Amino acid sequence: MSEPTEITESAVAEAVDAALAAIAGANDSAALKAVRTEHTGEKSTLAKLNALMRSVPNEQKAAFGKLVGGARGRVNQAFAAREGEIVAAEAAAQLEAEAVDVTAIAARRTPGARHPLSLLQEQIADVFVGMGWEIAEGPEIEHEWYNFDALNFDEDHPARAMQDTFFVEPVERHLVLRTHTSPVQIRSMLDREVPIYVLAPGRTYRTDELDATHTPVFSQFEGLVIDKGITMAHLRGTLEHVARIMFGEGTKIRLRPNFFPFTEPSAEFDIWHPTFKGGARWIEWGGCGMVNPNVLRSAGIDPEVYSGFAFGMGFERTLMFRNDVKDMRDMIEGDIRFSEQFGMVV
Amino acid sequence: MRAPLSWIDEFTPLVEGSTLEDVHAALVRVGLEEEDLHDFEVSGPVVVGQVLEFVEEPQKNGKTIRWCQVRVAPEGAEAADGGPDVRGIVCGACNFLEGDKVVVTLPGSVLPGDFAIAARKTYGHVSDGMIASVKELALGDEHDGILRLVTMGLDPEVGTDAIALLGLDDSAVEVNVTPDRGYAFSIRGIAREYSHATGQPFTDPASLVPPVEASGFPVVIDDAAPIRGRVGARGFVTRSVRGVDATLPTPPWMRARLALAGVRSISLLVDITNYVMFELGQPIHGYDLDRLQGGITVRRATDGETLETLDGQVRKLSTEDLLITDESGAIGLAGVMGGGTTEMGLETTNVLIEAATFDPVSIARTARRHKLPSEASKRFERGVDPAVAVAAANRVVQLMVQLAGGTADTLGSDLVADASAEPIALPAGFTAGLIGVDYEASQIRGALELIGATVEDATDGWSVTPPSWRPDLTDKWTLAEEVARIDGYDRIPSVLPVAPPQRGLTRAQQLRRNASNALAASGFTEVMAYPFFTAEVNQRFGSPDGSEIGQVKLANALDASVPFLRTSLLPGLIEVARRNRSRGFTDLALFETGSVFRPELGREYGTATIPLGGVLPGDGDLDDLAASIPPQPRRVGVLLTGDRTAKQPGVAPVAAGIADALEAAHTIAVAVGAELEVRQGAHQAMHPGRTAELVAGGEVVGYAGELLPELSEQVDLPRVVGVAEVDLDALVASSDGVIEARGLSTYPAATQDLSLVVGVATPAAEVGAAVREGAGDLLEHLELVDDYRGTGVPEGRKSLTFALRFRASDRTLTAAEATAAKLAGSALAGERFGATLRD
Repeated sequence: MSEPTEITESAVAEAVDAALAAIAGANDSAALKAVRTEHTGEKSTLAKLNALMRSVPNEQKAAFGKLVGGARGRVNQAFAAREGEIVAAEAAAQLEAEAVDVTAIAARRTPGARHPLSLLQEQIADVFVGMGWEIAEGPEIEHEWYNFDALNFDEDHPARAMQDTFFVEPVERHLVLRTHTSPVQIRSMLDREVPIYVLAPGRTYRTDELDATHTPVFSQFEGLVIDKGITMAHLRGTLEHVARIMFGEGTKIRLRPNFFPFTEPSAEFDIWHPTFKGGARWIEWGGCGMVNPNVLRSAGIDPEVYSGFAFGMGFERTLMFRNDVKDMRDMIEGDIRFSEQFGMVV
Repeated sequence: MRAPLSWIDEFTPLVEGSTLEDVHAALVRVGLEEEDLHDFEVSGPVVVGQVLEFVEEPQKNGKTIRWCQVRVAPEGAEAADGGPDVRGIVCGACNFLEGDKVVVTLPGSVLPGDFAIAARKTYGHVSDGMIASVKELALGDEHDGILRLVTMGLDPEVGTDAIALLGLDDSAVEVNVTPDRGYAFSIRGIAREYSHATGQPFTDPASLVPPVEASGFPVVIDDAAPIRGRVGARGFVTRSVRGVDATLPTPPWMRARLALAGVRSISLLVDITNYVMFELGQPIHGYDLDRLQGGITVRRATDGETLETLDGQVRKLSTEDLLITDESGAIGLAGVMGGGTTEMGLETTNVLIEAATFDPVSIARTARRHKLPSEASKRFERGVDPAVAVAAANRVVQLMVQLAGGTADTLGSDLVADASAEPIALPAGFTAGLIGVDYEASQIRGALELIGATVEDATDGWSVTPPSWRPDLTDKWTLAEEVARIDGYDRIPSVLPVAPPQRGLTRAQQLRRNASNALAASGFTEVMAYPFFTAEVNQRFGSPDGSEIGQVKLANALDASVPFLRTSLLPGLIEVARRNRSRGFTDLALFETGSVFRPELGREYGTATIPLGGVLPGDGDLDDLAASIPPQPRRVGVLLTGDRTAKQPGVAPVAAGIADALEAAHTIAVAVGAELEVRQGAHQAMHPGRTAELVAGGEVVGYAGELLPELSEQVDLPRVVGVAEVDLDALVASSDGVIEARGLSTYPAATQDLSLVVGVATPAAEVGAAVREGAGDLLEHLELVDDYRGTGVPEGRKSLTFALRFRASDRTLTAAEATAAKLAGSALAGERFGATLRD
């Protein structure tokens, strides 16, 4: 393009047309930037035409000013519009370029899993905490007094024989691996003030060989309530409440007379639910009863003033019928597939 | 206890039309535990047949079979299976004669073990049925030929239904008898309980036995050492029968009942004593009267005394064992097993019958000591009704007269135990107050009278005398249970008790959950291992510095090779890791929480004696009990091997190691709100250069690092195994405060890097701590971002680069202020460790 020497309508129109054509032809922000320099920069035709305003006679300044200013405005508007288009197009192109196959992305770190027995233990504990109970604890190596004598097991009771109980050497010092969580009953009564409402979950031991339904190391939870005016109806109410929370609204419970040294009366209890695996049926869940007066006396509580109830269930057994675990060995072998199928929820 | 229905029915008529399952359910309702159901599993056309003739046919396999013609229905009549009256049957036995009456299982019948009988071709004949043996009918173990009915004293009509004839149509319920209900170890007790459950009338079998007058047999009870103050024998009733024929057969009804009850038929005399034991619950011992020398003395064994029991074993006796002796010496282990010298045999003609009342504890200890649990000891241990001894002895006399052709003799003794019980006061409102059911007075009285108690009115309640067969009824609680049981546990309503407001989970309980959840969320899988190990493994993993540690040993471990309780969680995790690797899982991140058992070395735990139960021990005893338990801290252990991050598109695999073990330790610490300090450490089971000591609250609470490669290789794990173990109790205890929040400054931060050159052995954490201390309050955050060794850094030194972030709480920091603080930090590091600024 030749150097303009005077402002004419045709020169301005020509410069504008050239600029608009260049703007429209710019396809990316770099090209647009070059176009901007060429058509609106200091050396552009429009800039030079503008510079010629100095030589325009005063009476024509307004008309020419309008002509040149309008031209520059149109060109700038076109730039802005084109710039917007290009930025949007480029952003879209970048997003497109960044797309991935989401199904091909593996986790850098897969989450682990809790053991379902632990989860079940916490879930059941929370049911009782929700009723205002506390969670009580006790040692796994226990003194025979807590494990047997204080619980009204006579020294000649068959359960004290070697075939059920792990004894600690030397046996004359009377330490055992607790055979149930019931010693925590005694510890709770000795440590706490009446009224007592506690649940004691924990690990227990018996000399059973490992097979599909037995393990020498297992876990139980033990409930204990001592208060004035506690009756067997309270026991039933508590068990029914817990059973319904754990197994659903339609759950029924049934008490059957039985014998345990530490309760009198004693019962075993069964639960029934329409959706149990293998059909609606009664399944034995645990043992329970009213705390034997001798147990209260062992802990210095007057059975003529206070009464209470206690119950105990096995976590392994509960997990077996609740979650359809068919082999107890799966719970103790540590095969990661077992815990992983539960994740963080049982 | 297995109870045949026909036997129950004899004393409590079964409810019209009730099935085996109905009877079982009724017994379970009153507290007998469900065990099993039994029948003979024989059905179909099983009839009495008569062998008309047979031909012996030797076979190629060396056996000789008999091809028999057997009449199975009266002449011209149709047999039970609709076939002809005479059948050809192949029989492998040769103990029978022509003319013998036998049991024929015709085609269509089924024998125990789902053994279906059909006409089938064998040894060149079509055998149209089978001649059965005692064993095939499940009546006993004898399999030395077929059953000849004449040996049972039977001569029935040909074609008679043999199932009914032999009592094979009976069936039995099996219930588990709880230790407090010894009386239920008898048909007498089961029939009584069935009556309680159904309201059917009960007749006490003891009341049906005709009395026998007898005296003159000398019996002395001479217990020089009663156990727990209780005389070994409280009663000792004897009777005698003369002129019995011990070779006579046991009648089929008795065999059938005994078989269903689970007892093998031995001989008529022994079968009768067993039968009476099952019927009345009183164990009976029978002696060959002619082999007894003089009278009987019941005494404790002397030191070093021995006895050869019926099973042929010579037993070394304890001075706690109760013996039956005659003038020749010991002739039986009282209530447990008799001796061989006075045993009844097939040649016995005169019998002395013993129905004794032995102390449960004495019998239990002897049975356990000699590992001789028997039907007799099982009953004595749980308590036998002392009032039934005479009836039981008389019942044996009755049966031996009826079945063995004997004559009741007047020789005997009536040393009968005192069966009277102390009355128990049962206050009027007590039962309702314990059970939660508003029983009518008549219900309480009725229930107690039903179980055999005597109930008398007393001021504000009743005076209840329990029956002689219920030694377990000792206080008002046991009486309340009987009322609730008879009335039905189903009647107990459901009431939810309201606990007082309490604290919920303790902080420690909550924090332990946090730790487990945090580990699981960061990729670890929780496992639970057994805690049984060898002393060597425990010593290796439980003692960081190798000094000897205390251990707990089990006296009766299941696996005698691993009798010690764990001192560390790591060996269990290693076990589990191995198992997983053997199942094809190579990338593992495992954790376990649980107790370890850490007695102090050389300290004696436990107590020499056990305080009494049923009374609160004195303060001294309670203190001793508290001190008797070895420490069992809870720990958390982790183990990693293989890749922590698996290979995937665009991501290289990251191998697990010490970094992950340390990260796990920090995760646990954050989860429980504890401050964890990491120091270079040493542990004899861990890599000497890759072990961190974890410190919280000023004490070492654990270790993190890598397993000693030599150990990993020994147990077939990869060379690099990341491990950490932390004392969770100690860690939780170190975080017992409430966290105080700092104000957050919103002034801009100034960030600078600081590279310091120090000796390679200088721990980075200590250099960082010096910088932090020197830089003062303006330093908000410090992080090690590089550890460089090589070109530009002198040999033996390393360059540590820290990213520092400065911020003031009240103003915008100038670059100069930040630089001054940084240099102050660097100066302190220089002072402490000779750190120099890297150019």
